[in-house]
Amino acid sequence: MRNESATQLITELSAPGRRAAIFPKADIPATQLDDLIPSQHRASSPPALPELAEGDVVRHFVNLSTKNMSVDTHFYPLGSCTMKYNPKRHERLASLPGLVDLHPYKQEDSIQGMLQILFECQQILGEIAGLPSVSLQPAAGAHGEFTALLVASAYFRDRGENRTKVLFPNSAHGTNPASAALAGFDCIQLNSGVDGLVDLEELKAHVDDKTAVFMITNPNTLGLFETDIGKVADILHEAGALLYIDGANMNAIMGRTRPGDFGGDMMHYNVHKTFTGPHGAGGPGSGPIAVRDYLADYLPGPVVSKTTDENGEPYYSLTTPPKTIGRIRSFFGNVSILLRGYCYLRTLGAEGVKAAADNAVLNANYLMARLKNAFDVPHGKLCMHEFVASASRIVKERGISAMDIAKRLLDKGFHAPTVYFPLVVSEAMMIEPTETESKETLDAFVDALITILEEEPETVKAAPWTTPVSRPDEVQAARKPILTAPEEQTTS
Amino acid sequence: MKYCQFAQQYRVYNDNTEETTPESCNRLVMKDCTVRTCCPERDFKGDALAYLFNTPDQQQEMLQAIGVQSIDDLFEQIPQEFQLKSPLKIPAPLPEMELEREMRKLAARNTKDGGRVCMLGGGAYDHFIPAVVDEIVSRGEFYTAYTPYQAEASQGSLQAFFEYQTLISRLSGMDVSNASLYEGGTSVSEAAFMAMRVTGRHDRVVVLGSVHPEYREVLATYLHHLNCELVVIPTPEGSVDPGDVEQQLDEKTACLIIQHPNFFGCLEEVAELTALARKAGALSVVAFDPISVGVLNRPGDYGADIAVAEGQPLGIPLQYGGPLLGILSCRKEYVRKMPGRLIGQTVDKEGRRSFVLNLQAREQHIRRDKATSNICTNQGLLALRATVYLSLLGPQGLKEVAEACCQNAHYAVTELQQIDGVEVLFDRPFFKEFSLRFDGDVDLILRQVANAGFEIGPHFERFRNVDGGQFAGWENSLLVAMTEKRTKAEIDGLVKAVKNAVAGVQEMATSAAR
Repeated sequence: MRNESATQLITELSAPGRRAAIFPKADIPATQLDDLIPSQHRASSPPALPELAEGDVVRHFVNLSTKNMSVDTHFYPLGSCTMKYNPKRHERLASLPGLVDLHPYKQEDSIQGMLQILFECQQILGEIAGLPSVSLQPAAGAHGEFTALLVASAYFRDRGENRTKVLFPNSAHGTNPASAALAGFDCIQLNSGVDGLVDLEELKAHVDDKTAVFMITNPNTLGLFETDIGKVADILHEAGALLYIDGANMNAIMGRTRPGDFGGDMMHYNVHKTFTGPHGAGGPGSGPIAVRDYLADYLPGPVVSKTTDENGEPYYSLTTPPKTIGRIRSFFGNVSILLRGYCYLRTLGAEGVKAAADNAVLNANYLMARLKNAFDVPHGKLCMHEFVASASRIVKERGISAMDIAKRLLDKGFHAPTVYFPLVVSEAMMIEPTETESKETLDAFVDALITILEEEPETVKAAPWTTPVSRPDEVQAARKPILTAPEEQTTS
Repeated sequence: MKYCQFAQQYRVYNDNTEETTPESCNRLVMKDCTVRTCCPERDFKGDALAYLFNTPDQQQEMLQAIGVQSIDDLFEQIPQEFQLKSPLKIPAPLPEMELEREMRKLAARNTKDGGRVCMLGGGAYDHFIPAVVDEIVSRGEFYTAYTPYQAEASQGSLQAFFEYQTLISRLSGMDVSNASLYEGGTSVSEAAFMAMRVTGRHDRVVVLGSVHPEYREVLATYLHHLNCELVVIPTPEGSVDPGDVEQQLDEKTACLIIQHPNFFGCLEEVAELTALARKAGALSVVAFDPISVGVLNRPGDYGADIAVAEGQPLGIPLQYGGPLLGILSCRKEYVRKMPGRLIGQTVDKEGRRSFVLNLQAREQHIRRDKATSNICTNQGLLALRATVYLSLLGPQGLKEVAEACCQNAHYAVTELQQIDGVEVLFDRPFFKEFSLRFDGDVDLILRQVANAGFEIGPHFERFRNVDGGQFAGWENSLLVAMTEKRTKAEIDGLVKAVKNAVAGVQEMATSAAR
């Protein structure tokens, strides 16, 4: 049933002279372009874009879309990514005239509604974090990490302290060390304890007066709450360092506990995960940061401030914090994603936010309980919103790997979990069901996994069988990179 | 009197989402205000329930399977001292209908002016977006998917991003493009870091003063903590004199950063500038307007090594500045030094054409602190928008859009500069955007022009504090941008509005002097 011709490359569908978007000439008195633009700047011809009719374009991209798995079509338990349902109302509301069409340089007095929303985003995110000062600017989680580390850097410089080190556990997301390196810090990786949690002795051994920040995800990437987080914070604070919370896993704890309450000094959110962004096939994200009040002066500008106008009415304006680290992007932020997060939080309220976390944790624990006999779960009797199973034993017994299982799951109509992360678990399968899945779906997923373990290993190792392609050759792709389509022979 | 019991527990908000005390809440509850949604008679727990599946019975079954009594037991991992004892103090939940009412009310506060004609520029523009673009990106199969780690389950996104890379390479005239970055400003910084890796020079980056001031601010933030000198070459005439550039490029310089057409709208002598960079062993980084190449040469045509752009003009709504699209493309010899995601073509085990995340060894999830960038996401949905937009326009459509922008802008300048008290700030060739200086208080003039239904800007005052105050020298000056959407009637309307406003302000000044 699949229309393969429509999923040729868009450039291969091109036919010279075919048109889709046609624009009229400007209705002003015509001038020769040669009189307006000096000849050395003029292009001899426009770029060789494909030439298509509107129907070609629609059919091509709609058919391409059917080659994706997505939350709207499949259970998508990709660990660490919080693939929850993205409410349709957000799409409608974020596209309202007056929100979607605002130029970033519109005058403040004409966008008071937008600034009010953004001000409230700052407040709500500050409250959920327990860290009152918020910058909405970062474009994604990694951008938030980088921004917060620059804030830390500015704070210590201001205090005359030369702190050069950022520490993180070996279970950390790759963005943590990458952001720390970009922010100019030396990266020190710590070994986790056998229980998968921070090893306090290891931490103490590495924290000194050169330590700026310890970055930790809590719950961590094994899906475990760092039960010693209070002691971790004490160790850092006694040494004058800051505790950074990677908020990738906020879906587990929102409304239950707050990073600011358990000792965090700064954190980032992933609005596209926790607050239903959506994920957009890999972005856009939005990675606001929340920090303690004594760090507020260093935040990037602009932030939204609230005052009152001459009539005593609230008035919102953009301000730059006094000791700001500077701009970290052009314009204000990934506003349209923030709007979706705002709609989500206004829909849920305090109880709803807590209910979301509760059910995310319930679903994950239920899955873990049902899978525990089939797979080893090396860490934790209970988990938070996700858990990491290991296929090591299955590799030994049946010769099928986590990757094989992941691929075979696609045949069964489920997106695969995150595999081979975190690095501290061999043959890792990181499973995050989220709260927006039913028991029926979770049961079907468990059944599928158990069936896979009972299948002929050859069947599993050659999977997937039903997808448009199977096991593309990544080595060849990297050895001789083909990153663009060749020019057509027949461009006009 | 009805009593709002939630007022005791929650911070509550009235219609203006003012925080109110419980007492004032009790009063407000009696009025028509959003606080009423937390009143017990409504008993509205929020639409969280609409998104959750499991019934109380199922929850019990699940708890039993886990072997615990209650959901609270699952949270025992969190030490008691850190568990929240009271509900979060955030606004009360709203059902969909009321949320929509609330959002429409807030949105309406931004359109009170009845939709002024947008002639604002400075990196984001009011271009036309064909309906097909919105239709395609609203496919749930695209927007509710994630990073294509499982290639077999993501061929739709992967192929679309491969096509994006193809079309962007053709647009910029470069060999390769990545699968997108955040937006124009960070793309410039990523390009500077990339140039350092390619040249092995980490000490000096040279940027023209005619590059977007916000891009330069971002660059300054990104470089601040490194031992890298950031040299800004002033452009008092609106575009740079290549003679001023040559002496600044030395054997330590990683790159020369140019914008063309530049922030002020002017064209730069790009071919000469890229040649100077090459002579000094530095890379040239050019930020270009992706629409402009419908009529102007492409960065690859005039020798750029890395071409970056704000991709917003390619079918992306203004969205108060984000999310937008960071374009980065380059010569093929630098591909392994590129930041961000790359999609590659390969074959699967049956020999079928397939697309995969490629050269991942550059990226943070493999290389960690040695990665070429910390970036993890791309702007997938916006890259898809640009791909659909460019597919719809084709070469002729892009040319038509570019010509219309250029013609409209030149017509507007010709008319505007005939007004007494208005001068064109820089007498240089330009594309779709230009800088004006007014004789008189520009804030007053802007207000009157806005009241007449037109928005122009940004006012240079906004950038007063950028790098030593080049902008301070241009008082009462601003940008005006024209796109293909503008009509003669609109431009004539603007001219009339400016004429009236300038005359009015001058008259006020004269009478004040008397």
